Amino acid sequence: MLGLNKKDTSLMILVAVLALCAPFILNPFPEGSAMAQFNAGYPDLMQRFVIFGIFAIGFNILFGLTGYLSFGHAAFLGVGSYSVVWMYKLLNYNILPGLVLSVLTAGLFALLIGYVSLRRSGIYFSILTLAFAQMSFNLAYSVLTPITNGETGLQVYTNDAQIFLGDGPTSPHLFGIVMNKSADLNIGAWEFTFNNGYYFCAIVMLVMFYLSIRIFRSPFGMMLRAIKSNQTRLNYTGLNPRPYALAAFVISGMYAGLAGGLMASMDPLAGAERMQWTASGEVVLMTILGGTGTLIGPVLGAGFIKYFENIFSKINDTILHQWFAFLPDGLENFMVFIVHPFIGKGWHLTLGILFMLVVIFLPGGLVEGGQRLKRAFGGKDAGKDKPDASTEPAE
Amino acid sequence: MGILEVKDVGKRFGGLQALGDVNLSIKENTVHAIIGPNGAGKSTLLNCLVGKLIPDTGSVMFDGQSVLGRTPYEINQMGISRVFQTPEIFTELSVLENMMIPCFAKRDGSFRMHAFENMLNEKEIVERAEAMLEEMNMADKRDMHAGAMSRGDKRRLEIGMCLAQEPRLLLLDEPTAGMARADTNNTIDLLKQISDERDITIAIIEHDMHVVFSLAQRITVLAQGTPLVEDNPENIKGHPKVREAYLGESA
Repeated sequence: MLGLNKKDTSLMILVAVLALCAPFILNPFPEGSAMAQFNAGYPDLMQRFVIFGIFAIGFNILFGLTGYLSFGHAAFLGVGSYSVVWMYKLLNYNILPGLVLSVLTAGLFALLIGYVSLRRSGIYFSILTLAFAQMSFNLAYSVLTPITNGETGLQVYTNDAQIFLGDGPTSPHLFGIVMNKSADLNIGAWEFTFNNGYYFCAIVMLVMFYLSIRIFRSPFGMMLRAIKSNQTRLNYTGLNPRPYALAAFVISGMYAGLAGGLMASMDPLAGAERMQWTASGEVVLMTILGGTGTLIGPVLGAGFIKYFENIFSKINDTILHQWFAFLPDGLENFMVFIVHPFIGKGWHLTLGILFMLVVIFLPGGLVEGGQRLKRAFGGKDAGKDKPDASTEPAE
Repeated sequence: MGILEVKDVGKRFGGLQALGDVNLSIKENTVHAIIGPNGAGKSTLLNCLVGKLIPDTGSVMFDGQSVLGRTPYEINQMGISRVFQTPEIFTELSVLENMMIPCFAKRDGSFRMHAFENMLNEKEIVERAEAMLEEMNMADKRDMHAGAMSRGDKRRLEIGMCLAQEPRLLLLDEPTAGMARADTNNTIDLLKQISDERDITIAIIEHDMHVVFSLAQRITVLAQGTPLVEDNPENIKGHPKVREAYLGESA
């Protein structure tokens, strides 16, 4: 179907079903129950799942295929967000012109940064991209205040031009479909929320996921894997690795720009902190955690990290006391004391430990974990089903 | 006029004169061996031919065109392919994919943006790659992980990848180094077959005299960065200067 082989088609369908049914899947616990805090089916978080999914899918085209580890992809995310907000300020709240512009400007930035950075490989490449991203962050934060509104962040003011606004919606919309509008469905004790913005992002993510499968399976994708495998041989086979790597860099920059644009489409703000190095590091973690070089890994990694960030950081000591209430007082306080550093603001600690465990025991990320489970529970050729999941260590 | 003309090539690394005034002419459709003791400058010379190093002096002409100042991939596209001392293949790719990459390079040149083209539509490339694997007697290893093969098979694949580009000159850097005797003999047979059946010039750098005398029609002996003698194998065998270079003056 659509130029995909059977296995990729079923993967595509699986992802589509998961994405479109997410409001159900992510809300397994009834409202008001003690477990309801683990529900992730609210629009804000679901939007983040798919937007960071797009970011990670794009990053994986560069890192997973060519092996070039960029530490500066957040710069493109920020550029995308600023582009969209500027389109709000100049035209109106329709997100489409902004999204087109965000992809184009991010692509242009990626071309410039990639052209310089790809003169080096390995750690030097990473440091160069990091330097560019930090430069962009600092420029956005201070020097370029007229364009970026500095530390306040870029937002729409009532005296902005908005030449096409007329009496259209006053929040982001796509030809009248307002992004932050939701429909609620109540079934028994459960409440499911269907948000326009989420579904828009989910469809964009599915298109982007499809494109990434096509890139992975194209001759171009094979050349990118050849770059990762052996640049010497590629050079002596009459192929110039540089334009291939640059094209991959630009494509992944455009994915990041689109993700940034979608962020501003859900919430009409853009701040410099989106370009900070921690954001660049986050996408690296997502990709590695999910499974570098696999198709679905980055999406899983993005969902995993965003879930932990939002759910774990909301657990506080009061909730812990409720959990351990069945224990004798002294023991209850002791348990709360032990668990306390891992929750709330300490969720990074939990994430860090999980990341270490995954990297040490599942070098192929969550995808490898899934494959092992499948093998353990009896699929006879389970190991064969993702041939490009680079779980085998290189020689 | 040979297909490859090396004139007065010199290369200095700091205080070491690695190559001094090397003159060499390789005739079309011959097998030409370059031998010499360790440190004679064989590898430096080879690197100057493929664009990895740029000589300080002299000129290197391939088929009437200078190769100096060109990058390795440009020189390869001119028709010079190189086989490395340790097989350089794409270890993380399958054997078929390894063979497809040079087929793409031959058809599409050094870069083509085929990101959304479907591999399923590249039948012609797949067929060419499969035919080449057949010729290398590797058809049964088609879907294997290239990195998982034996040293001899990796070498065979690498030679096949070079041939898939239909080069006019094939350079081999100690192709049998570190190989078992059986693998060495297989490689000799393969190279013999290639030079008999194809319209190709082969230049080979080798330590193993068994390989050299089984294959070469012309031999150049290099010592301390300069060519000592160039002759046919029969004359090289007993040449006093060659014995001296290899075994020292007292021999």
